[in-house]
Amino acid sequence: MRQSKSLIFEMSRPGRRAVDLPECDVPTEKLESLIPQKMIRKSEAALPEVSQQDLIRHYTALSRRTFGVDSGFYPLGSCTMKYNPKINESACRLAGFANLHPLQDPDDIQGALAVLHDMEIYLAEIAGMDAVTLQPVAGAHGELTGLKLIRAYHRARGENRTQVIVPDSAHGTNPATATVCGLETVEIKSNADGSIDLAALRSVVGPNTAALMLTNPSTLGLFETQICEIAQIVHDAGGLLYYDGANANAIMGIARPGDTGFDVVHFNLHKTFSTPHGGGGPGSGPVGVKKSLVPFLPVPLIVKEGNRYRLDEDLPQSIGRVHSFFGNFGVIVRAYAYIRTMGPDGLRQVSEDAVLNANYCLAQLKKDFYSPFSRYCMHECVLTSKYQKANGVSTLDVAKRLLDYGYHPPTIYFPLIVEEALMIEPAETESRETMDAFIDAMKRIAAESATDPQKVTGAPFSTVVGRLDQVAAARKPVLRWKEPTA
Amino acid sequence: MIRSYLPHTPEDRRDMLAVIGAKSVEELFCDIPAAVRLKRSLNLPAALSEPELVRHLEKMAGQNSPVSEMICFRGAGAYDHYIPSVVDPIISRSEFYTAYTQYQPEIAQGYLQALWEYQSLIAILTGMEMATSSLYDGGTALAEAAMMACNVAERKEVVVSLAIHPHYREVLATYGRDWGFQIVEVAATNGLTEIEQLKKIISPATAAVLIQTPNFFGSIEDLQELADVVHNVGALLVTSVNPISLGILEPPGAFGVDIVVGEGQPLGIPLSFGGPYLGFFATSEKLMRKTPGRIVGQTSDYEGTRGYVLTLQAREQHIRREKATSNICSNEALCSLAAAVYLCALGKKGLQDTASQCTQKAHYAFRKITAIKKFSPVFTSPFFHEFVVRCPIPVSEVNVRLAEKGMIGGLDLGRYYSELVGCMLICVTEKRTREEIDTLIAGLEAM
Repeated sequence: MRQSKSLIFEMSRPGRRAVDLPECDVPTEKLESLIPQKMIRKSEAALPEVSQQDLIRHYTALSRRTFGVDSGFYPLGSCTMKYNPKINESACRLAGFANLHPLQDPDDIQGALAVLHDMEIYLAEIAGMDAVTLQPVAGAHGELTGLKLIRAYHRARGENRTQVIVPDSAHGTNPATATVCGLETVEIKSNADGSIDLAALRSVVGPNTAALMLTNPSTLGLFETQICEIAQIVHDAGGLLYYDGANANAIMGIARPGDTGFDVVHFNLHKTFSTPHGGGGPGSGPVGVKKSLVPFLPVPLIVKEGNRYRLDEDLPQSIGRVHSFFGNFGVIVRAYAYIRTMGPDGLRQVSEDAVLNANYCLAQLKKDFYSPFSRYCMHECVLTSKYQKANGVSTLDVAKRLLDYGYHPPTIYFPLIVEEALMIEPAETESRETMDAFIDAMKRIAAESATDPQKVTGAPFSTVVGRLDQVAAARKPVLRWKEPTA
Repeated sequence: MIRSYLPHTPEDRRDMLAVIGAKSVEELFCDIPAAVRLKRSLNLPAALSEPELVRHLEKMAGQNSPVSEMICFRGAGAYDHYIPSVVDPIISRSEFYTAYTQYQPEIAQGYLQALWEYQSLIAILTGMEMATSSLYDGGTALAEAAMMACNVAERKEVVVSLAIHPHYREVLATYGRDWGFQIVEVAATNGLTEIEQLKKIISPATAAVLIQTPNFFGSIEDLQELADVVHNVGALLVTSVNPISLGILEPPGAFGVDIVVGEGQPLGIPLSFGGPYLGFFATSEKLMRKTPGRIVGQTSDYEGTRGYVLTLQAREQHIRREKATSNICSNEALCSLAAAVYLCALGKKGLQDTASQCTQKAHYAFRKITAIKKFSPVFTSPFFHEFVVRCPIPVSEVNVRLAEKGMIGGLDLGRYYSELVGCMLICVTEKRTREEIDTLIAGLEAM
């Protein structure tokens, strides 16, 4: 089973190629007469030379060593690994979308602008916001855009508020984004159930509070029941409320961040709106805002005048440009196709089924794995390996053993405030039978942990490599291929 | 309701609720205060079946005039190159595109190896010691490089050439304003960064000098001279490069450039109205622990089998939180995969040939167009595949007339540079045939 795969560089033989290009059909001149000699490459870039079939077999072999949502159940908490519809893939590849240059004249791009314009309206409606920018290309990019909007808002009111309050249960991107935005992170301890400790919040809000960043449902998969009080406290101090949309799959059509007091929202189209994660992108992180923040939106804006659309760059108070062009259009088209497919009732059903699935897994597993909270969860549930720990089996071991059963493990060791956390998010696209099989595997692992713990601690046994030496990788990094020295 | 993406039957839902011990789905949402519940349906268009959706999308796409229906001479940061047939089938393998970030390396070895090979290819192409696995796009990659340079140099002034793509400079300004680096601009003359002015501007307060080459005007900057000037004050030289040009141009690594970034779109990624694109990032080993974003490293399992993992994660947001080198999480991994396939498909000779044909065809067009009396060259600096000409009538008018003949003319530079009103930035890639270029020339002659 254990086997490494040859590198494309090791397959290279001089003179091979995977695509034939036409001869140059214009009269040519010596390169040296066009470009100064000192600027011309002295030796060719040592790219691999392979035939077309070898190239295809190489990448096919690599794909077979990779597990995606299409390979099997992928209950990775906080990542919303739902099914990625195939029609969306065809949609973004339509010639009228895929072959459109971003700087074409307005007459040439009316269809693309119409899609973007409608998408802004749909997302504003789902979020309960007044306007949306589609330019951020990832969740963290949306967070950065959102915090910049908040800074600009305060500045325009003559205030330089520099603190962002972030609960200790938050995703790492929240504090990291605050830093990139030149703001200081003030971390507050959450209650044991991951909810905001109102007293802790009251003790840190003040004239320097720019915003509170909140994920709701929280990273523990629980809805923040005191959301109205939280909004009141932050707003009374003059701060704004930022909604991290990582967990928005639980609330579509059920509750809207805008109605619960949030001023700025970002969605992850690659989570909630079914676009593929791509193995780490491309994603898309649109940001919605309330009216008071509209003047600060990034340029360009898409403006509809009658039946025509145009791009408006004349916004004196704008935070500026956040992307080279208009964001990840190809991803937005996929999400647009999804929203049109689901419709309003379908989106609500998505959230209902997502929450149903998570509670089903929780109910079935809470005897075998410790469940820190005795209430219904939202779209994901947090369990721990507390019971297994007694036999020397950790959450990492449970995760690795799941690989042998053919599953992608849940998110592990996050949120940080729960010890040995296993965060399970069975998206709404998963059937009961799929979950039953997973639940069965989890129960078997719980049993193995008691009777034959080496089976778990030594896992995985069935994968192409065993557990990898992370320490060596970081201590003596080998980050690229080098021609072996003879 | 049963929709194709939702498997549960009413019986499934009923039985699952029974297992949970809840009376209704409603009960599961009891934590959400009634006051904030949405008491109506979302105001969205009704659901479409798949055939209806296809018809609708085709109609929307049909309202655009893509480069596949026109002859494209517009570049300016997004380029119409030939994409080999092998690229899309590989990135369409769903094990790749439906995967998440490689947090479980044992079942992500294929993708990790593909990204490690991508890092290797970018390092080879740029002549740098290492590359990361991707950033968002050309503009944000430049901003990340500026922030990293400030951290490395422990200075907060960034000198920026006005010959850098205006959108990249705007992105840079957006990042700089809040992060806290100051931008000082250096002018361009004859299509090139003014080195004499640069010498006056930079000082021991300068963290980095940012240069693009070929720059926004298509001109090739003298990296050797720039590196000497920049390193003289202990600043870092950051260059944004067109990766295709490196098929024939000496790589930045050969001139001692400290950080190389750029837009990876030309490497097999569709124009797609500006995204998803790919920011690439390469630097020296000495700076690797300061770099932003994901990096894949080679290692082995405990039996000695070669394998790959995400590494140097102590730089990243999920570990370091507010002390991370960047906030980036999701990046553009699938675009990195496309770029790697593109580079391997072309190989050593193919990339060189593509770059060379870009240059030959652009120079052919330049000679012919500037031979037309009414069109004059604007710069005399060496260029790669884009050049600037002055038009006898407003550029917008030229483009309207070219559009009537099925062409997308060059970019109106007056939009970005007041001194270049009436000037057009024309791009000719290897994909343009002599016949197409001659059609452009005939069109311009008729102005």
